[in-house]
Amino acid sequence: MEILNEIRFSMPSLSVNESAARAAVSSFIVQADPTVEELSDIRTAVSEAVTNAIVHGYRGTSGRIDITVRLLPEREIYIRVKDTGCGIADVKKAMEPLFTTAPEEERSGLGFSVMESFTDRLSVRSEPGRGTTVTMRKKLAAHGS
Amino acid sequence: MNIDIKSEKGTAIAVLKGEIDHHTAKTARAELDSFIINMQPEILAMDMSGITFMDSSGIGLIMGRQKLMKECGGSLEVRGPQPGIRRVLRLSGIERIVKII
Repeated sequence: MEILNEIRFSMPSLSVNESAARAAVSSFIVQADPTVEELSDIRTAVSEAVTNAIVHGYRGTSGRIDITVRLLPEREIYIRVKDTGCGIADVKKAMEPLFTTAPEEERSGLGFSVMESFTDRLSVRSEPGRGTTVTMRKKLAAHGS
Repeated sequence: MNIDIKSEKGTAIAVLKGEIDHHTAKTARAELDSFIINMQPEILAMDMSGITFMDSSGIGLIMGRQKLMKECGGSLEVRGPQPGIRRVLRLSGIERIVKII
């Protein structure tokens, strides 16, 4: 993978950091001159992935969330959100729209649907007891289009 | 996020400003529920024109208030969401159960 630029950061799984993660990712991506809509899509997808790590990955516990953002050739954005929490036993089931294991927290079960809709490619790797890594890619429209 | 609620003749308008995510939704939920339970409005309008960001936590927030309003014999509507927020609303299909103006 040819990487034109990259940032990596790590933060504790505190819900107050959800907005910090969005802000950090968008301030990095601004250099690729995304449209308002593209930036909004990426901010939303990142927020969903980080929230999943906090609410589900580290449910009732705490840990760290590692975020990597890369700018790839042809205006492609790569985002990886990794936790070392409880993991997901059935990724396919977890990705079904409206499926949630936290209804008492009013989770709508739409996190993965939003990530899927607002990016071009979504990959979820998870192992129970070891954590979850969510990778998303989104190609920004060509300049002037 | 901050919420300012005004009530007149059974209709309450909650003006929401800022960003809705899992963190901010917790306080918004408590504030709105306390108002609904104490004031029992016939209609609660969530004015979202001042919301600059919302992820799926906002869907949970709206769905939960819709459920509570229904239990109290009232109804909920969402007013003025900006385009980015409207896209999240559309994706969720919430427009089928909550009036969005």
